[in-house]
Amino acid sequence: MAVYLDYNATTPVAPAVLEAMLPFLGENFGNAGSVHSAGQRARAAVDAARESVAALIRAKASEIVFTSGGTEADNLAIFGSLAGTVATSPKPRKHVITTTIEHHAILHSCEELERQGIDVTVVPVGRGPESQGVVDPEDIRRALRPETVLITVMHANNELGTIQPIEEIARIAAEAGVRFHCDGVQSAGKVPLDVKRLGVDLLSISAHKFYGPKGVGALYVRTGTNLSPRFFGGHAERDRRPGTENVPGIIGIGKAAELARKLLAEDAARIAPLRDRLESTLLERIPSARLNGDRKHRVPNTTNISFPGAAGEALLIALDLQGVECSTGAACSSGSTEPSHVLTAASLSRDDARASLRFSLGRPTTAAEIDRAIEIIPGAVERIRALSPRAPQAEAVPAR
Amino acid sequence: MSGGVDSSTVAAILRDRGEPIIGLTMQLWNQRRLPQLQGDGPAPHRCCSLDDVYDARRVAEHLAIPYYVINFEREFEETVVRPFVDDYLSGRTPIPCTHCNNHVKFDQLLTTARQIGADRIATGHYARVRRNRETGRYELLRAIDQNKDQSYFLFGLTQEQLARTEFPLGELTKQEVREIARRLAVPVAEKPESQEICFVPTGNYVRFIESYLQEQGTAANSEGRAKLGELSEPGEIVSTSGEVIGRHNGLHHYTVGQRRGLGLAAGHPVYVVALDRENNRLIVGEDGELRRAVCEVRNVNWIPYEVPESPVRASVRIRNRHVPAEAEITPLDATTARVSFFEPQRAITPGQAAVFYDGEQVLGGGWISK
Repeated sequence: MAVYLDYNATTPVAPAVLEAMLPFLGENFGNAGSVHSAGQRARAAVDAARESVAALIRAKASEIVFTSGGTEADNLAIFGSLAGTVATSPKPRKHVITTTIEHHAILHSCEELERQGIDVTVVPVGRGPESQGVVDPEDIRRALRPETVLITVMHANNELGTIQPIEEIARIAAEAGVRFHCDGVQSAGKVPLDVKRLGVDLLSISAHKFYGPKGVGALYVRTGTNLSPRFFGGHAERDRRPGTENVPGIIGIGKAAELARKLLAEDAARIAPLRDRLESTLLERIPSARLNGDRKHRVPNTTNISFPGAAGEALLIALDLQGVECSTGAACSSGSTEPSHVLTAASLSRDDARASLRFSLGRPTTAAEIDRAIEIIPGAVERIRALSPRAPQAEAVPAR
Repeated sequence: MSGGVDSSTVAAILRDRGEPIIGLTMQLWNQRRLPQLQGDGPAPHRCCSLDDVYDARRVAEHLAIPYYVINFEREFEETVVRPFVDDYLSGRTPIPCTHCNNHVKFDQLLTTARQIGADRIATGHYARVRRNRETGRYELLRAIDQNKDQSYFLFGLTQEQLARTEFPLGELTKQEVREIARRLAVPVAEKPESQEICFVPTGNYVRFIESYLQEQGTAANSEGRAKLGELSEPGEIVSTSGEVIGRHNGLHHYTVGQRRGLGLAAGHPVYVVALDRENNRLIVGEDGELRRAVCEVRNVNWIPYEVPESPVRASVRIRNRHVPAEAEITPLDATTARVSFFEPQRAITPGQAAVFYDGEQVLGGGWISK
C-alpha cells in the first residue's frame, strides 16, 4: 500500500461517516422538502447534521448553509456579499481586500469581481523566516478604503499550513464596518474553530477535507448578514441556496463534523509529532533542504519543504512510483503542475517553488508510514539532483 | 504520449511485451495563451489541448500503466517557439520539430524520465536505432516505412540520447501500426493524423507570430514586430537580371523555390530564388537559377563516428521530403562542414537542415547556414 501524505488534497471518508450515509442512499431516499414521512425522515437527519456542523464551529444551526463544497461556499460568500451591497450600499465604487496566498476559489472569484468593475487589493504575506506565509493584520488595515465592502482571508493555508491572524483581522474589519469572510476549508477538523471568537461574518468549510464525502460543504452566515443567493429555485436552505438537498452528503458532513469535534485534540496530538519527525528528519538528511512557512503559526498536519536543485514535478512522480503520495501545489486542468502561487507569494523563487513538496498527514497516518517515507524521500531527491542537467552524469549507459 | 495513434501504439506494444513502462505526456504550449487565434479555422488537433491529454490519459488507463503529465511549457517556449519566431523573422524557414527533439523530447523529457527511475524513453517516431557491436556506437536508421520516415528530424541526437531511446515503430508500416492499434484495442486507433506544426495547428504562421509578438509586447519584441511589419510590407518582384517584373504582398508569404502564387505571367515557369530582406525585394528566376551545388552547414552532429578527418560521400537531404542527392561532405571544423553536391540542387534554404545518409543509415547532419 502506498503511503498517502496528501490529506490536504482530500481525505478518505471515515467508516462511521460512510455507515451514517448509506441508509440515505438506500431506504431513506426521501426529499427533505416533502411533507410526508419519507420526507420528514430526511428532514430530521438534515436538521441533525446542521446542528452537528454548527457545533463544530460553534455557530447556530440557522447560520449554516449547505453547499456543494468549499468552492461554492467561497463563491456564495463573495458574490452573494457583493450583489447584496450593490442595491443597498451608498458606496459608489466597491472595493474588496484579499491576500496573495488564498485558494483559487477566492483569487479567481476576485479576478471576476475586477472584470465586473470592482476594485480588489491583494495584500502580500510575510516573506521573512519569522512570518513567512502569514499576513500582517496591519497590512489589511492599510488596504482599507472608505469603499471597502468585503475582506476575505483564509484561516489555514492549504500549501504551507500557516494560520492567519483571523481574530485581529476581524477586529479591524469590525472597526471599519466591513464584512469579513474567512475560507476555513483547510482549518476545519485540524484546529478548533469558534466563529464568535474568530469574529467572522462568513466562513467556508468542505466535508472531504475532514473525512466526509466530496461534493458537500457549508457556509456559515452570521445571523443578520445579508447574503444574496447565487442560485434561484425553491426554498431550500432558507432561500439562500435553492436546490433539493444533497441528503446523503449532508448526513456525511454532519457525521464528519461530529467526529472531528470529538477527535480533533487527539488527532492533533498524535499527528503533530509524526509531522515534526518527518520534517526534521528530511531537513537533516537532505542537504540544503529548507522548510517553507512560519513554523509557529500552522496547522499540526502540514509541512512544506524545498529541495533546491530537485525538480518537484519529477520528485512527485518518482515518489509516487515508489509509493509515497504527496503534492507540489495546486494541480492545473491538464494535470500538469505550475509553480505554486502561494510559494512564490511567500518569497520563493520560481525554481525553488518548483522544487518544493507538501506533505500533509491525516488521521490514518501511522508511524510506520512516516518511517517508510523517510526511507524513500532522501534517495529520490538524491537521484533527481544527480541526474539534473547541471550535475555530472553519474550512471553508466545500460547495455541494450 | 501525445494522445495520437503512434505514441499510443508504442505504449500498447511495450505493454503487450510485458515491459515495465510509465506513460508521460508533455504539456508544451497553452492554447489559451493566444486568444486571438481561438477563432482561427478548422484546427481539430490542437497542441496540448485538453482533448489530447484526455486521449493520452484514456490510453494509459486502458493499458493500466502509470501515467503523468509533465509541464515543459517554459522549456518549449525558450528552445522551440522563440527560435521559430526568430527564424521566421530573419527570413529563414523554421523546422521546430528538430529543435523540439534536440532540446525538449530527447533532452528535458529524457532527463525527467531518468529522474523518475526509467532507463530509456520510447517514442512514436518512425526511425530506427541500433548499436554497432564493432564500434560500440549507436546508429540512427531510416524507418522501414519510407513514407513515414522521420529520421530527418532526428539527426541531432547524441550518442547518450540514442543509447537511451527506442523507436518501436521504426520497423513497422503505418498500416501495420493501425492494425496493431486496433488489435490491442487502443482507444485512439482511428484518430486522424495531424500534419501541421503542433503549436500552429492551422498552419497560419503569420497569425501565430503576430499574436505571439503582441502578447509579448515588450521592448525586445517591438523589434520583432517591426521586423514582422517590414516582412509584411509589399514590394517589388525582381528578376535575377535586375528587372522589376511585379509586386509582392510581403516577403513572409514566400519561400525559396516557391512557384505558385507569384501572380506573374512570364510565359515560362518562374521560381522564388531569394528573399532580399534589405531591399524588400523578391528575387525570382528560372529553375536553373535556383540550383546551387554547394552549401555550408553548422552545428553538425556526426552519428556513427566522431568528426571524420577526410571528406565523406553521402546522400544528402535538404528538406524532409527531398529526394536525397549525392554529395561530398568536407568537415571544416568540429561543428561545421561544406556540402558539395554532384548535381546542383533546387532551393537550398538557410535554416533548413541538411541530413547526411549512407543508404538507410543517418551519418549526421547540420543546419544550412549559407
